[in-house]
Amino acid sequence: MSVVLWICGTILSIAAFLTIIRLIKGPSILERVIATDVLLLIVSAALCIDMTVNKHTNNLVFVVLACLVGFIGSVTVSRFVTDRRNA
Amino acid sequence: MLDTIIDVIASIFMILGCLMSLAAGIGMLRFPDLLSRMHAATKPQVLGLFLLLAALGLELRSWVIVPVLALAWIVQLLTAPVSAHMVGRAGYRTRHLKRETLLTDELATVVAAAAARERKENGEDTESNRADFID
Repeated sequence: MSVVLWICGTILSIAAFLTIIRLIKGPSILERVIATDVLLLIVSAALCIDMTVNKHTNNLVFVVLACLVGFIGSVTVSRFVTDRRNA
Repeated sequence: MLDTIIDVIASIFMILGCLMSLAAGIGMLRFPDLLSRMHAATKPQVLGLFLLLAALGLELRSWVIVPVLALAWIVQLLTAPVSAHMVGRAGYRTRHLKRETLLTDELATVVAAAAARERKENGEDTESNRADFID
């Protein structure tokens, strides 16, 4: 199980790194919204893996909350996007 | 014996779920415009989260936790299409897309018809010559 933890940690670190690059480069705010959503999902994936490896359920409420926070965040931001350059 | 089999299955699920996140990261970086990046971003939202929650349920080996895991997955399953719809709609209407990457564009005729109707009701429109936003 420790080997699986190392593999998953490495994969998630690379994924988070690539997502943060898109978060920095993103030409518009909508790309940044999507990248933030993916970053939140990577965090909740890391919480799931921590729970699975250590066999506890302490973080499960944070996984549900991450879904709700990502939903509210992306809906709110995309509601107020305007037609501007470099918005 | 059975414990070992369940552990192996849970490990495979965890690694596959992490690979979904990696696919999303690579897709975010490599794909050309907003809509294809949204396509990449949905990979860990549904299948990746399902695999990780299934691994958690397999590893805990209790039926008590299964409704909570199902709740977490269903909440994600209900909210992901709504937010993707909002982001895609905002991206279309503010022209954050490359039109040459689209195969069909069914919304264009609807938008053109709505613009024509508005022009007929209100006289001339003010935003007829907007350019596409391309990074």
